[in-house]
Amino acid sequence: MKHKVNHKLLQIRDLKKYYPVTAGIFSRHVGDIKAVDGVTFDISEGEIIGLVGESGCGKSTLGKTIPRLEEPTSGKILYRGTDVTGLDKKGLRELRREIQLIFQDPDASLDPRMTVGDSICEPLIIHNIGDEKKRMHRVADLMEQVGLESGQANLYPHEFSGGQKQRIGIARALAMNPRLIIADEPVSALDVSIQAQILNLMMDIQEKFGLAYLFIAHDLSVIRHMAHRVVIMYLGKIVELSNKKELFERPLHPYTEALLSAVPSFKHKDKDRILLRGDVPSPLNPPSGCHFHPRCHRVLPICSQVEPELAELSKGHFVSCHLYKSS
Amino acid sequence: MNNVILKVSQLKTYFFTRRGVVKAVDGVEFELRRGECLCLVGESGCGKTVTALSILRLFDSPPGKIVDGQISYDSLNLTKCSSKQMRKIRGKDIAIVFQEAQSALNPVLTIGDQITEQIKLHLSLDYNRTRDRAMTLLSEMGIPSAERVMSYYPHQLSGGMKQRVLIAMSLSCDPQILIADEPTTAVDVTIKAQILDIFRELKAKRQMSTIFITHDLAVVAEIGDRAVVMYGGKDVETAPVSEIISTPRHPYTIGLIDCLPDTSKSTGRLTSIPGTTPNPLEMPQGCTFHPRCPRVMKICSQQEPPETAISKEHKVSCYLYT
Repeated sequence: MKHKVNHKLLQIRDLKKYYPVTAGIFSRHVGDIKAVDGVTFDISEGEIIGLVGESGCGKSTLGKTIPRLEEPTSGKILYRGTDVTGLDKKGLRELRREIQLIFQDPDASLDPRMTVGDSICEPLIIHNIGDEKKRMHRVADLMEQVGLESGQANLYPHEFSGGQKQRIGIARALAMNPRLIIADEPVSALDVSIQAQILNLMMDIQEKFGLAYLFIAHDLSVIRHMAHRVVIMYLGKIVELSNKKELFERPLHPYTEALLSAVPSFKHKDKDRILLRGDVPSPLNPPSGCHFHPRCHRVLPICSQVEPELAELSKGHFVSCHLYKSS
Repeated sequence: MNNVILKVSQLKTYFFTRRGVVKAVDGVEFELRRGECLCLVGESGCGKTVTALSILRLFDSPPGKIVDGQISYDSLNLTKCSSKQMRKIRGKDIAIVFQEAQSALNPVLTIGDQITEQIKLHLSLDYNRTRDRAMTLLSEMGIPSAERVMSYYPHQLSGGMKQRVLIAMSLSCDPQILIADEPTTAVDVTIKAQILDIFRELKAKRQMSTIFITHDLAVVAEIGDRAVVMYGGKDVETAPVSEIISTPRHPYTIGLIDCLPDTSKSTGRLTSIPGTTPNPLEMPQGCTFHPRCPRVMKICSQQEPPETAISKEHKVSCYLYT
């Protein structure tokens, strides 16, 4: 039993992150933006979880809350059994060696006034690893692993293309030998021909080091390529969670159905498209009941009144929808 | 040929910067037919946006300049028109929808002000009819309660709504040609599907001639009739969309299609095009794609490939087919 617990790298339990909204000169608390509202799932060692949702669904906030770059409002984040939410400064520092982030915009995540070698080296200095000579070797080694030349370490970010900058971001994340990498839309800012290169690199690294990824993206084709399991989020909540094969072949939640059918594809041009009405509602004032009901094409009378619970329909396939009342 | 509404031939738009000459568009050729949706496809820096801006002459000059070529529209050569003439054409005959709806709208003017501005300028209608026209357009774009939206400021609308407002605005003077510059890039998938639907409807209902600029081949497959694939400031392949997708000829087009992860399958590694898009200041000699090309030959680095016709509708610039 104990072995099984250790197998889970990260367990997220009912995680909530609310941003208070204030008004007036006394900053009266008038409401909350429920960016992440009761999210529960696990990441195993070496597993790639794809996290999908439209902008504003809370996927990036979730990614930032795990290494506590954002303080969670409530809930538990267990990393190898220890609760991250209770860690002190020293504990956090240890944790952040093991959990690294890759950001969407490689331009914004690199300091333009530091050479890329210094940028990759910075985490090593912060965590006081090795002496200067060893660090230099490590930087050269990392750069080669991500397909750059070690001689390029003295160049500045503007001398690289977007794809190369993302490689530098990956090298920096790898510097600490992490166990989990949270990649927040790592390829969405890149050109298609470069996207494929970066995705391949991320797959190679994952295999080589047995890393776990939390891969955040809005592009379902990228997720299908990368992930083992997929989490679909809508307005701060998980609406469906399943292994990849089942999710793409047999989506249950109407939102997942719509997302899948909205992806333009040249393989099935004449498929029936489920066109969602309207936009994602404001998270400040989400619809009652199931948050998705105003846009749902299979809405029931109960949907606007009662919020559905996330339930396991078949093994490992969770869905939060009234259509599938467990009988 | 009355069927062709706009013809771009040997267009060259260069930018003369301090660091050198950027040949953003270097000999692009295509024609837009009446009622069709022509897609310009390519990655960033391939010159697709500058091509669109050249048609309307909307780039900054200096540093930009159309150094050669013709853009023929309605017996006019747009490259030679005076700025006064161009001002009459912009918005009225040829309209454009920009990529980032957020920055294309003025944050301190209401939506109503911004839509009616163009109508007032070109159509000289009275106040009520101008407003009516704007509201009809907004509701045609699927914006609920158009009257209320007229008094909104851009920040009060979501990304998808802003994009619809922009499309409504571009249609306000019944243009002959609509240029859409990546209108689906900055929006979510579900909104993207809605926007593509609007364009599909425009074509069906108004027989709009559209130049649709995108980097997304899947989008091209969804709405395009014909496509021009661009690389390094040149058109490398022109063909009907179905042919581009079923039998692409240029190694770049083949690479672009192969490197797309497809939702309908999940396999191991993706095929990728090696290297990166070239630095516009130092375009490679000969065929601009040759340093990345998997089927490169000796001649490719020496001479620019001529355009070869595979069939009447399918043209490709590559030495493999000469």
